[in-house]
Amino acid sequence: MTALQEFREAMRRDRQWSFMYSVRDLEVDVSQGAILYLEDLSVSFDGFKAIDGLNFYVEAGELRCVIGPNGAGKTTMMDIITGKTRPDSGSAFFGRNIDLLRLSESQIAEVGIGRKFQKPTVFEHHSVLENLELAMAGDKRVFPTLFARLSGQQRDRIDEVLGIIGLKAQAGREAGALSHGQKQWLEIGMLLMQDPHLLLVDEPVAGMTHQEMDRTAELLTSLAGKHSVVVVEHDMDFVRSIAKRVTVLHQGRVLAEGSMDEVQNDPRVVEVYLGE
Amino acid sequence: MGLIRAMRGDTGGQVMLAVLAVVTVLVPVLNLMVPEGHPWHLSSYTVTLLGKYLTYALLAVAVDLVWGYLGILSLGHGAFFALGGYAMGMYLMRQIGERGVYGHPELPDFMVFLNWKELPWFWHGFDMFWFAALMVVLVPGLLAFVFGYLAFRSRVTGVYLSIITQALTFALMLAFFRNEMGFGGNNGLTDFKDILGFDLKSNATRAGLFVASAIALALGYLACRYIVASRLGRVAVAIRDAEPRTRFIGYRVERVKLFIFTFSAMLAGIAGALYVPQVGIINPGEFSPLNSIELVIWVAVGGRATLYGAVVGAILVNYGKTYFTGVMPEAWLFALGGLFVLVTLFLPRGIAGLLALIRRRRAPAGEGAQ
Amino acid sequence: MPVSTDPRDWGRRGFAALLLIGGLCSAPMLAVAEEAIPPGEPVVEATLPDPIEAPISEMEGTPSESDTLEAVAPAPAKDLASIAARLADRSFSVKEAAVAEVARSGDPRAAALLKALLAGDLQQRREDERLVLVTPAGPDWRLTDALTDEPLGEAAARDLKKITLNNRMRSALRSAIAGLTLNHPDAEVRLRAVQEMTGVSDDDVVAGLRARLAEEGDGGVRAALELALAIVDLADADATVRATAVDALAGRLEPEVRNRLAPLAAGDSDPEVRAAAADALQGIATRLKTYAAMETLFFGLSLGSVLVLAAIGLAITFGVMGVINMAHGELIMLGAYTTYLVQLAMPNAIEFSLLVAIPAAFLVSGSVGVLIERSVIRYLYGRPLETLLATFGISLILQQLVRTTISAQNVVVENPSWMSGSLVINPALSLTYNRLYVLIFALAVFAALLLILKRTALGLQVRAVSQNRAMARAMGVRSARVDALTFGLGSGIAGVAGVALSQLTNVGPNMGQAYIIDSFMVVVFGGVGNLWGTLVAGLTLGVANKLMEPWAGAVLAKILVLVFIIMFIQKRPRGLFPQRGRAADA
Repeated sequence: MTALQEFREAMRRDRQWSFMYSVRDLEVDVSQGAILYLEDLSVSFDGFKAIDGLNFYVEAGELRCVIGPNGAGKTTMMDIITGKTRPDSGSAFFGRNIDLLRLSESQIAEVGIGRKFQKPTVFEHHSVLENLELAMAGDKRVFPTLFARLSGQQRDRIDEVLGIIGLKAQAGREAGALSHGQKQWLEIGMLLMQDPHLLLVDEPVAGMTHQEMDRTAELLTSLAGKHSVVVVEHDMDFVRSIAKRVTVLHQGRVLAEGSMDEVQNDPRVVEVYLGE
Repeated sequence: MGLIRAMRGDTGGQVMLAVLAVVTVLVPVLNLMVPEGHPWHLSSYTVTLLGKYLTYALLAVAVDLVWGYLGILSLGHGAFFALGGYAMGMYLMRQIGERGVYGHPELPDFMVFLNWKELPWFWHGFDMFWFAALMVVLVPGLLAFVFGYLAFRSRVTGVYLSIITQALTFALMLAFFRNEMGFGGNNGLTDFKDILGFDLKSNATRAGLFVASAIALALGYLACRYIVASRLGRVAVAIRDAEPRTRFIGYRVERVKLFIFTFSAMLAGIAGALYVPQVGIINPGEFSPLNSIELVIWVAVGGRATLYGAVVGAILVNYGKTYFTGVMPEAWLFALGGLFVLVTLFLPRGIAGLLALIRRRRAPAGEGAQ
Repeated sequence: MPVSTDPRDWGRRGFAALLLIGGLCSAPMLAVAEEAIPPGEPVVEATLPDPIEAPISEMEGTPSESDTLEAVAPAPAKDLASIAARLADRSFSVKEAAVAEVARSGDPRAAALLKALLAGDLQQRREDERLVLVTPAGPDWRLTDALTDEPLGEAAARDLKKITLNNRMRSALRSAIAGLTLNHPDAEVRLRAVQEMTGVSDDDVVAGLRARLAEEGDGGVRAALELALAIVDLADADATVRATAVDALAGRLEPEVRNRLAPLAAGDSDPEVRAAAADALQGIATRLKTYAAMETLFFGLSLGSVLVLAAIGLAITFGVMGVINMAHGELIMLGAYTTYLVQLAMPNAIEFSLLVAIPAAFLVSGSVGVLIERSVIRYLYGRPLETLLATFGISLILQQLVRTTISAQNVVVENPSWMSGSLVINPALSLTYNRLYVLIFALAVFAALLLILKRTALGLQVRAVSQNRAMARAMGVRSARVDALTFGLGSGIAGVAGVALSQLTNVGPNMGQAYIIDSFMVVVFGGVGNLWGTLVAGLTLGVANKLMEPWAGAVLAKILVLVFIIMFIQKRPRGLFPQRGRAADA
């Protein structure tokens, strides 16, 4: 970017200078219906195009499933949305007003995007309760955190989430001592505590029993409406049980989009999945 | 209120503080009230030695805060300690006044010796105790802030961070060795006479400094304990264990690190400031990377991430050092080196971990199955 | 034989030259010398016959002449003996004549004999009137035959008779010695003689130099002669002669030239000469600046090569294996001490000691490294901070071990003669051999390491394990063995580095600590896991350090470099040449 362009960018009237505003003051603007706009995204690692001209939109309140073979770019897309990876080109907006590419990971979390990782990462040396407390929405700046105290309301909320994820009995246990499935649930619980506008859920049911899968499906469906949810999953049965709209990614771009039936009957999709 | 909450569940800390309180009362009494020659008399040498240990303990607590709870292995905390010491040393130098060898009313001896005509700008204000006391925390704090801001912002972590903190203290050591820096070159600052008007050689002043060190340790401990027990402390541990994850739930990892790192550096500065009047000298050797890394082992011996373990470790290791260097000096480095190896291999959680293990063994079976 | 450029030496030589000159001008000498011209031998320089040199100048003549000389060579020995006998005569005039004859004899021993006489080392044994060279041995003197070098045992002072000299004889001796050296068959000796006389404006000396120039065959000696004469011409009354001399001196780097040109440039009566001298000085200054820059570059590269040597073993253990070895500096120290012990074991073969020390140090440090890896580090894989602390403990133990078993003081490691001295490129630029060899050695070690990693089975396994331990193990690589060997390799190279460093710096128990921070800086700056990065980083930092030293001072330069690296790591945490891709994230 030349200096002139940079100057013009800095002087745009519809933007504030990044150092002038706190992201805490930003409220995501979904007046156009969509909550996530990814346009013309590209990113490559050592010449390998992980994402290649991707366009992807999510409506507010929608539950969207993303499927695709390994290396299709699903996780990289999530990385871009959450600020872990910076794209080579393209734009990513949260609502109409928040440019995700200008925010850090923690700021992105603050404006209301939560993520559950493929490999469950909980804070192993903290108790289940403390994990939830840390994830809880609220003022996460240094000094407010230093003097923070749990209010009765917040305690109730933690209790509620503990009930939802079925870990009430384990509330005092170190998270590191939980089983794999329990860790999955704890991560989902942390996501709930964050109370984000948009939830990115990467392979939520890996390592879960059928019963647990059903409960997860139920939970995710119930979240949609108030929240927007993007689920990446390999388990087709699970996807079928929750999805209204499905996006198929292949080689870093959108191959097909539509209902589960439409997608499944799309010859290109069939070829990608069966032709390999 | 918050402090009481912070101390709840910290049995080790409670015991440590209780012992500290008893010692704080007992030591001056045994030194000043019990006449010399009496078997219960404590010599001023011992008082000063104990005072020195306490400042080391405070330094160790500062290191444990960043290493144990934040996962930053700082090999440069000796630099913050030394900077605090130099700030105090500058005050003590100015207090000498006309009593120096050259009798110059304003310039310290070494400046007269170097033919300097006037006080360098950064020596102004150090004739006032409040200013020096402010600098004791501000200078190390500022250095830690600037260094931390740069390092954390660019996400330098782990071993790399350790190495550049070591390079930092090494660079400072080289700098302070230079006469042109205006801090007395390799002789450092010494020949202090008095502090706040009290003669540094008198027993009462020494006992007073000991008590001050004990109080500083107690307050420093409580402050660290408050941080550790707060939600911020839990965020710190979360950063230590899974830094990216902490970011994704919305914490500004850099700022948390910066706050705790800076706070820890300030504590180290206070420890240094209390150390200098008791040992009577501060020189660039305090910046030596060896010192910084040695103090990490105090924490490791005591048990990291326990705070009270740092106190125990600092006092034990330094007692061992005093003992060995007195009895068989050539064995000290063997002992210290062996300590590094043995603790990391066999006692990763230090003495505190060992105590916890014993307590769990003794506790009725059924609990703590892992 | 390298020539010192140390200005102090120049001063000393000037003094020596003055002494010689005293001898050259003495009248009797000339008188005696005149007889020395063999009949029929044409006098070369008609205007300024310089008789002393004439007989010996034949040696540098045509082959046929030298043939004849060789043919006669054995003969003068007897002559010398008979002439020399007269050196001990009572009469000063006989002795003077004998001195002149010795000088004329053309015998290669003549100069040494005369020097000994001047120094008072030549004496006569009373019992058989034999001429002997004496060297003090306790209260007595050890004797050797002055002409045959045959050892003759010891004798008390009363058994010896001193040969007395007077001032005239001393002058005669000095001039004879100067003549002999200026006309010595060995070009090296002549060169030194000319250099000693450079800057002396005595008429007779100048005459001698001019005569020598007319027949000098050796290029180096000619150049030195021209320089000496041009310097003399600078003081000539004739402005054109001065101008020619200034021209001749333009571009010469000898400090003497600058000293002589400066007054001319400042205040010569002739404006043209003044301008020319100023120009010449300017030109010389420019050249000097260039050579000074080259010298700085050399020092920088030399420091850089030391850094590379120290860091390259670390580049293996830290870069490839990810192990933080704080005892790396002590492994270097062990290598240096191995050199010391090897030299103790073979005191008579210091020349070869380094050749023995290199493999020995590799083995010593390498096996200590394997021991460290097997006993400590392998239990700490995946816990880098703990590894750092444990290896630091090991470094303390190793230091103390050396202190208690050998000495707490620095030890003296000798430089073999081929490592001392310097390669003189011109008077303004000379490269010391030890630095030069260490630089070459560093590059050789680097190349060898690169070969090992790229071409050998071990190298392949090392790279496999470093990239994906689990996969390598699944492929049948015995990762534990590879770890131990890799660590041993890195440590062994540290030992080899210690051998090289022992030739440049003090060897003491603390020497390792001086290198550990620098080594880490080099590896991190270059990019972890990248050997080329280590090479470039080491040399760059070395040169940068030396470039800054002139205006910042050594300590400040080092601080600035450290600060620079600290800032650099903030900007590019992965170093100059980062390993890229997803694998690097792990």
